[in-house]
Amino acid sequence: MKRGARLDVDLNCSGGVVVPTSYYLLLSAVLFGLGVVAFVFKRNIITVFMSIELMLNAVNLAFVAFSRALGQLQGQVFVFFVIVVAAAEAAVGLAIIIVISRNRGTLNVERVDSLKH
Amino acid sequence: MTPQIAVFLILAAVAVAGAVSLILQRHPIHSALSLIVVMVALAGLYLLQGAEFIAAVQIIVYSGAIMVLFVFVIMLLNAGAEELTNLSRMARFVGVPLGVVFLLEIAYWIARATSHMAQTSPQAVSTRDLSTLLFRDYVFPFELTSFLILIALLGALVLARREDSD
Repeated sequence: MKRGARLDVDLNCSGGVVVPTSYYLLLSAVLFGLGVVAFVFKRNIITVFMSIELMLNAVNLAFVAFSRALGQLQGQVFVFFVIVVAAAEAAVGLAIIIVISRNRGTLNVERVDSLKH
Repeated sequence: MTPQIAVFLILAAVAVAGAVSLILQRHPIHSALSLIVVMVALAGLYLLQGAEFIAAVQIIVYSGAIMVLFVFVIMLLNAGAEELTNLSRMARFVGVPLGVVFLLEIAYWIARATSHMAQTSPQAVSTRDLSTLLFRDYVFPFELTSFLILIALLGALVLARREDSD
């Protein structure tokens, strides 16, 4: 198989020393933690939704890192499925946000509290 | 320091800075733009790991389609800067320790698990191998995702439809 012009050959297979897998996993953990913090912090329902997307991205990074470390492609297939599900989730979630905003006139998650009263 | 690690550190710094900016920005549109920065940096990291197809999908689907949807909804709803309430100040005191503890715990387990993990030399994988796997072994889940997309499309249409139209 001809791979002369491929970018990863230049980046990964030239020196022999590559970025350790634990670096990617640590970055993934940091991004996931920031996503959790954003999920707890933010009051705007759209931003809360965006922090979920951030957490999904962090998990995708861990999937790709393990896929490369173990030399198996299943991780990348799962990343593909995660992205597809995230797209479907974004479409439905944003439609729900539009309905909430139309019915209640606010985007603040604390004002959407009918079940508490 | 090899060039790979330098590129990794730059992209990682950009991704973390974007994620922190997502938290600190008050206006949703600024948070959305910060998230786009994170996603483009992650696409660069996928490219660094030799996952070109995932990098392209990340740019096209995430930074392109999903974030355009987000920005579109933010503009449609005319979302302003978020307001601070008592509960959000309380969340600041609960959320930061929660996030730090969570992060330390994950870092501890990663350091422990990868210390005795054999450092295999990663072999380059091609998009051709990925597509063979996707369309042969995982063709049934792949077809199921098309149903999922279709149902999500119908659900979004039904949800966002105005009630008084009929």
